[in-house]
Amino acid sequence: MSALISFAVGLLFGLGLIISGMSDPFKVLGFLDPAGNWDPSLLVVMAGALALGIPAFRLAERRSTSLRGKTMQLPSARQIDRRLVVGSALFGVGWGLAGICPGPGLVLLGAGTVNGLVFVLALLAGMSLFAWFDRLYSRRRTRFLHRQGEKNVCRTN
Amino acid sequence: MIIDGMPFTLWSALVGGLLIGLSAALLVLFEGRIAGVSGILGGLLSRGKTGDRAWRVAFVFGLIAAPLLYRVLAELPASRIETGPGTLVVAGLLVGFGSRLGSGCTSGHGICGLSRLSPRSLVATLVFIGSALVTVFVARHLLLPAWP
Repeated sequence: MSALISFAVGLLFGLGLIISGMSDPFKVLGFLDPAGNWDPSLLVVMAGALALGIPAFRLAERRSTSLRGKTMQLPSARQIDRRLVVGSALFGVGWGLAGICPGPGLVLLGAGTVNGLVFVLALLAGMSLFAWFDRLYSRRRTRFLHRQGEKNVCRTN
Repeated sequence: MIIDGMPFTLWSALVGGLLIGLSAALLVLFEGRIAGVSGILGGLLSRGKTGDRAWRVAFVFGLIAAPLLYRVLAELPASRIETGPGTLVVAGLLVGFGSRLGSGCTSGHGICGLSRLSPRSLVATLVFIGSALVTVFVARHLLLPAWP
């Protein structure tokens, strides 16, 4: 049942991207180029999405389970750290280069365009690269904390 | 709809935006999940709980199926991509790596996060829109005119 709902939601999301024009990179870049022939459509798309999103998340935040009794899995992170800022900045550079973000990328793939395929393969490679980097980083961090711990033990001895 | 030669499409943008908001609302209210495309995709790539995969795969297939369904009902609008293959690969790598490092993309931070009024997502959204604006400005107005 979860898979069916998720499929329907993905479908609806994709139709929204196509109808809004956001699966057309030219329109997205049009928004990102106020010095050129500016296209404010993306702002209206955001406003439309937030008009339904804000009340839905208000309701969701008050509940511990979903309407189907599933655990509410909302992000708990609060801190604004280097990862958030650097990651978002890199994401923005990539978004600005092609006018494609992950959702529209998948829609372009489904539309059968070669560009969509190229973009999604690179997207998955970038995500895998992050997964590898993250494992390496967290392992090094654990080792570092472990060593710090040993030092502290020595000192107390 | 075109106002004074501007490429603005008000009504289709509004209807499409409402559909996107509705899908984010349905996913969180029924499944308790955030409709963030990079998070959903990324969860499939990192080794995690195996019982967590089905809904992610289903969501991704829904997105991929959307243009196929649309094509049955009407003519699919053109997607104009003027980016060369090399730049497209660099863009994909940056979007993939950056969205995972920053814990979200336009859907996760820009729609779900802002809907939750999360300060973290507000910062992320302002940063990626800002760096995308700078990138487009440099590419279109500084580099492109100077291209041989």
